[in-house]
Amino acid sequence: MSENLLEVKDLEVIYKTDQKTVHAINRIGFTLQRGETLGIVGETGAGKTTTGLSILRLLPERTGHVVGGSIIFDGTDLMKLSEEEMRSSIRGERISMIFQDPMTSLNPVMTVGEQIAEAIIYHSESDKSSSEVEARVDEVLEMVGIPAFRKKDYPHQFSGGMKQRVVIAMALACEPELLIADEPTTALDVTIQAQVLAMISELRDRLGTAMIMITNDLGIIAQICDQVAVMYAGQLVETGTLEDIFVKKEHHPYTVGLFGAIPNLNEETDRLSPIDGLMPELLKLPKGCFFAERCPHCMEICKSVPPKAHVNGTHRITCHLFTSKDE
Amino acid sequence: MTNTQSKTPLLEVKHLKKYFNVKKSKLHAVDDVSASINEGTTLGVVGESGCGKSTLGRVILRLIEPTDGEIYFNGRNIRKAGKREMRELRKSMQIIFQDPYSSLNPRKSVYDLIATPLIVNKMFKNRKELEKRVISLMDMVGLEEGLYNTYPHELDGGRRQRICIARASALEPKFIVCDEPVSALDVSIQAQILNLLMDLQDEMGLTYMFITHDMSVVKHISDEIMVMYMGKCVEKAPSRELFKNPLHPYTKALFSAIPIPDISMRTKKFHVIRGEVTSPIDPEPGCRFAPRCEYCQEGCVGKEIELREVSPSHFVACPFVK
Repeated sequence: MSENLLEVKDLEVIYKTDQKTVHAINRIGFTLQRGETLGIVGETGAGKTTTGLSILRLLPERTGHVVGGSIIFDGTDLMKLSEEEMRSSIRGERISMIFQDPMTSLNPVMTVGEQIAEAIIYHSESDKSSSEVEARVDEVLEMVGIPAFRKKDYPHQFSGGMKQRVVIAMALACEPELLIADEPTTALDVTIQAQVLAMISELRDRLGTAMIMITNDLGIIAQICDQVAVMYAGQLVETGTLEDIFVKKEHHPYTVGLFGAIPNLNEETDRLSPIDGLMPELLKLPKGCFFAERCPHCMEICKSVPPKAHVNGTHRITCHLFTSKDE
Repeated sequence: MTNTQSKTPLLEVKHLKKYFNVKKSKLHAVDDVSASINEGTTLGVVGESGCGKSTLGRVILRLIEPTDGEIYFNGRNIRKAGKREMRELRKSMQIIFQDPYSSLNPRKSVYDLIATPLIVNKMFKNRKELEKRVISLMDMVGLEEGLYNTYPHELDGGRRQRICIARASALEPKFIVCDEPVSALDVSIQAQILNLLMDLQDEMGLTYMFITHDMSVVKHISDEIMVMYMGKCVEKAPSRELFKNPLHPYTKALFSAIPIPDISMRTKKFHVIRGEVTSPIDPEPGCRFAPRCEYCQEGCVGKEIELREVSPSHFVACPFVK
């Protein structure tokens, strides 16, 4: 098991305010090996971003709480580290994150060169001279396809796609072992998205970075991930390799619904088959399966008993439909 | 989609232009676009952000005054219509906006929102009938009657978009501009709204101009598709034909950039086109896509490229397509 770079076990996260408690993540677990890419797919509010934030311990201080489980990164439990240790040795250096909106993740009053330099200065082990830092800034900018002379420009002088490249440059400046990309291309146009995705996967392969790709686009998953986790209402309803999810016939009803809802470019369909209803409110979760209310195959047992995982090699489906056959 | 020539189109635009003034220069948002839509069909307009697709939709409804060109609705040139006539015409020309969060007045209840167009146009004399109509509209778009008195902030994106649809259909329009109506929604909700729009089209014989950047959505809903790049229409063809046989280099690039949820396509590398959209401010005459185009040759720049019919109803603006 020691080759696992990241191991998340029974993670449980809540957002708590005076009035209410939102159960954002409900006991999820997954592992990720070095150099591998895990795609987390799900709808808004499924807990995808919260998963990413929990790994980096960046949950909002007052409201977000990890109430259970562990996150083991390369042998250390991140939950047990102090804030100081997190900042000095993990965040930005060994794990970094790219956010969805490049417009808001850059500081508008600093040049992009200064912002990238900051990451390098804070996280380099030996003290670098300023010319060494500058050289590294040039290097990472060139790496993401931005000419180095533009480091003196401010974020507003770049287009959306270029800004996202700057953010990626910053995230990769210290060559982290794990990169968490939270919908890095949702805000971009398709041709720019293709450029950015091609660049991310090329850099990932070259640097050997493991990656968690958070997205709601099954197309992106199919193109760049090795492992897939389908998330619904703070749970992983189905996990497996790319082949398990895209080729095998057995699926969680929610995964089937997700595929049915996208118009297919290669086939003619008259009607889409949407999933009826909405995700349950995370304030009061149902007793049984969280998907029961919207599920076309809902049985009596689904309403009262939480389903267990049906495991078939690398493929896990958390649904009564399959576990009832197991017994 | 059957026989384009025999029917008179419900909406036709000819050489439509909209230039915005920016600092002594002109921003060519819509540059010489011609199109027609037959009754009961859908014209899909696709392109990346900034290509002028939303401006086109708004100019057609005269929410923005065009710089030049003609707009015919039901055979009448509406650019000549006066204020009062335009108001009458707007009953049959409606729009649904992209963002159901900002296009609804947060201080009005669902009932008020849907009733407003009916009240403004004095459609009903008494309250009872008005109420009945609002309820039937809510039913038509799949909003539970109990939501009558709720406010937009209490509802999710899908339901809000249903309010927008109910509001747009309240006056029984003939033509609706749908400006990215599903791009702010999750896939499962998106499918619900697309199905609803298609059902309404069948029931009420609506004509849509469907503006989107999502290729799979546009293929699903359109009869005919127009691809726009920097204010110009670069290719126009019936939906099936366009996807089977894209001709313009930009259309091809756009199609190959879409990540497809099928792992057998994984071996295919992303076909990446170079560069980004160039500035639409006082552009040089010639093909707008030329700076990014791998087939660019002499003759692509210097003079405007005409939209040519290369096969029946398939139009392309590229000199090198046979």
